[in-house]
Amino acid sequence: MALDLAWIRPEPQGIYLPPADAWIDPAHAVARALVTHGHADHARGGHGQTVATAATLAIMGLRYGVMPEGGRVVDYGGSMDLDGGIRATFVPAGHVLGSAQILLERDGQRVVVTGDYKRRPDPTCAPFEVVPCDVFITEATFGLPVFRHPPIDEEIARLREALAAHPQRCVLVGAYALGKAQRLIAELRRAGHDAPIFLHGAMERMCGLYREWGIDLGDLRPVAGVAKADVMGHIVVCPPSALNDRWSRRLPDPITAMASGWMRVRQRARQRNVELPLVISDHADWDELTATITQVNPAETWITHGREEALLRWCALHQRPARALALVGYEDEDD
Amino acid sequence: MERFAALVDGLVYTRSRNGKLALLADYLRTTPDPDRGWALAALTDGLDFPAVKASTVRGLLDARVDEVLWRLSRDYVGDTAETASLLWPEPHAPQPPPPSVTEVVETLAGATRATAAERLAGLLDRLDANGRYALLKLATGAMRIGLSARLAKVAFAQAFGVDVEAVEELWHGQAPPYADLFAWAADGAPPPDAQSLPLFRPFMLAQPLEETVVDLSAFAAEWKWDGIRVQLVHVPGQDGGQSRLYSRGGDDISASFPEMTDALRVPAVLDGELLVRGSHQGGEAGGAASFNALQQRLGRKSVSKAMLAEYPAFVRLYDVLLLEGEDLRPLGWEARRAALEDLVPRLDPARFDISPVIAAETLDELGEIRARARDDAIEGVMLKRRDAPYVAGRRTGLWYKWKRDPLLIDCVLMYAQRGSGKRSSFYSDFTFGCWDGDPDAGADLLPVGKAYFGFTDEELKWLDRFVRQHTVNRFGPVREVDRSLVLEVAFDSVHASKRHKSGLAMRFPRIHRIRADKPAHEADRLDTLRGLVAD
Repeated sequence: MALDLAWIRPEPQGIYLPPADAWIDPAHAVARALVTHGHADHARGGHGQTVATAATLAIMGLRYGVMPEGGRVVDYGGSMDLDGGIRATFVPAGHVLGSAQILLERDGQRVVVTGDYKRRPDPTCAPFEVVPCDVFITEATFGLPVFRHPPIDEEIARLREALAAHPQRCVLVGAYALGKAQRLIAELRRAGHDAPIFLHGAMERMCGLYREWGIDLGDLRPVAGVAKADVMGHIVVCPPSALNDRWSRRLPDPITAMASGWMRVRQRARQRNVELPLVISDHADWDELTATITQVNPAETWITHGREEALLRWCALHQRPARALALVGYEDEDD
Repeated sequence: MERFAALVDGLVYTRSRNGKLALLADYLRTTPDPDRGWALAALTDGLDFPAVKASTVRGLLDARVDEVLWRLSRDYVGDTAETASLLWPEPHAPQPPPPSVTEVVETLAGATRATAAERLAGLLDRLDANGRYALLKLATGAMRIGLSARLAKVAFAQAFGVDVEAVEELWHGQAPPYADLFAWAADGAPPPDAQSLPLFRPFMLAQPLEETVVDLSAFAAEWKWDGIRVQLVHVPGQDGGQSRLYSRGGDDISASFPEMTDALRVPAVLDGELLVRGSHQGGEAGGAASFNALQQRLGRKSVSKAMLAEYPAFVRLYDVLLLEGEDLRPLGWEARRAALEDLVPRLDPARFDISPVIAAETLDELGEIRARARDDAIEGVMLKRRDAPYVAGRRTGLWYKWKRDPLLIDCVLMYAQRGSGKRSSFYSDFTFGCWDGDPDAGADLLPVGKAYFGFTDEELKWLDRFVRQHTVNRFGPVREVDRSLVLEVAFDSVHASKRHKSGLAMRFPRIHRIRADKPAHEADRLDTLRGLVAD
């Protein structure tokens, strides 16, 4: 059956559904937006109506200071009927708390928009589910075969070894404030790290929100105002932008670490003056991107953002029809 | 190999010198022979596997990875060995345990052009991504991880609590994996034989005179020539024996100056200044050219006849350490000087002369002579205690260097870049410029130099704050600032340079004073700087 997809249109500003006059993750304010997750490049403010999971709406409320106007909650597994006979169903994406893939159905055609996703277990969010479909619209942030994320246990172990080896210093970990930071902390707790973890001010509120959503992060303390001696031998978590900033001068000779999939490449780590690169990502790596396409087995694969050239090449080598969508605004240097 | 890979990564990511030293010292102390010796050789470019080429690695990957995916990956990562280490497909069949460094070296050393690829592939299959990276860097001889030979020797000395100068001296006669060197340092075995080899001996160094007042009757004064300090060594043996020319850091630079190694036939270790013939320093007769002329000869792996003719090198001798089997280092300077004066007539006058002693009764008189020396592009004067033995390193009270006062120029701060290590949160590398004409008539600034020292910690904080408050543009780690701050820059000399837009290159520029009081348009113009060119 030939695909008639006039009802879904990739635009530079996002994915548009003309019959419903609705957008998915639009880069500008629109009348109705379906939002996959709370990262700023996907969840802009100012929409007339914002449709998302309850956690994503709560995250947006925290980030923008007010709950989105016309917030409409759709839970995992739940659906919403849009105009033009389109039904949108939210499915876990495994990226961060509240993150969802959106399944769009119309006249028996099925399109899945993944937003950002990963396939590894994450104690802070529901796991990715494979949803068979005709068109699979996937991200490709780490869409190069050099990106293979190691098991997170190895990275957590390296972090703890560095900490134990330098009792007179602290380890300062740069981690994205939404998702990465909380996952890192939760994985440390899972590995048995019970000591207090100190937080940069920009981390505190989001960690508080995760706790309200029932995720145990253990003993967290603000680092502001704490004496140097009391931070020695401890982990401090800050946003990546604060790693080399004046802010870090207050810390006891910090070992600079960063938790990011980009840390796989030495030069990227060196550019940021990172001494302890931790390859921890909330995105699918190359093997997971290609395995997911194989499992979902769509008639067509559309690639939204990232290193789409390499994934297109892989699709061609595997006789899978694919195209790249030139969407603006999606690129995450810190993740 | 896993420990070696962890060491390589540690050295890549650690910025501070002390951090690198601690990592390497720990590795050398806790790794068995001969692994540690091979590792040390790999890190200091002491290994070469002629059968393994960069093209060997590319060939292996071509057979395993789609060419488009390889190209996209290589472009992104920017390093062939790293890309290959990440793309290497994990083998399906169970593999033997990871190889030791020694096994790697033996496997690759025995490889031919025909077998190299297959052998390398077998090793890659047994390692993880970090191990594969270390292996490929070792195999292709392209470590380049910011570890100097000197740093490696300091780490070696630190690892075993031995004297770094002794390490310097013994190291040069040894070949990887340095079994005798480790036996001496780690197990207290007698030191390896150093007599019959053309070894480097650590230099005696001077401390700055600064405010010290010395009694000139106890010291001899000499010019400090503007070339590079070298040590020339000859030992007798078959086929005329062996000669080596070493730089101050102990690097063997014989290949760049074959006329010098050919010239010494007396068994000796000589200390002097390497210069190029010319009229610039010390007048027409027996004079030397400027440092710029010498620079044409530095860093070359081979030298053309034209080069040899256009820039003939010679050594102006300062001292003699060993002569015809006798170690003169314990003797006082006067006794060594007498031996040197006796020796010089036996040497080729085209290649050797002696650095004359300056006659001066008092420090004031010497100061006057020193002040006149600027025109001759001499760096300053040296003061050597007449009774001092030749001892390695910088020993208080024996040798002083009294550099002539630096040249000064007022520049305008243009760009600042973040430093590294402890300075990574500070803007501490400063690029400054001079006006290319009259600033009030619309002339622009052209960068003339870059400096990252000369200021105090307090001044650095002040400069850092200034940069943050006056930023007009950002380019990655670099900030452009508005053109408002005058910096008084001190430098030793300035030379014509085709590499810079301003056409000028300074030697040893440093921030001398922050002139926040001075309006930027009153800073110096390029013409002023051009007038100081010493070529």
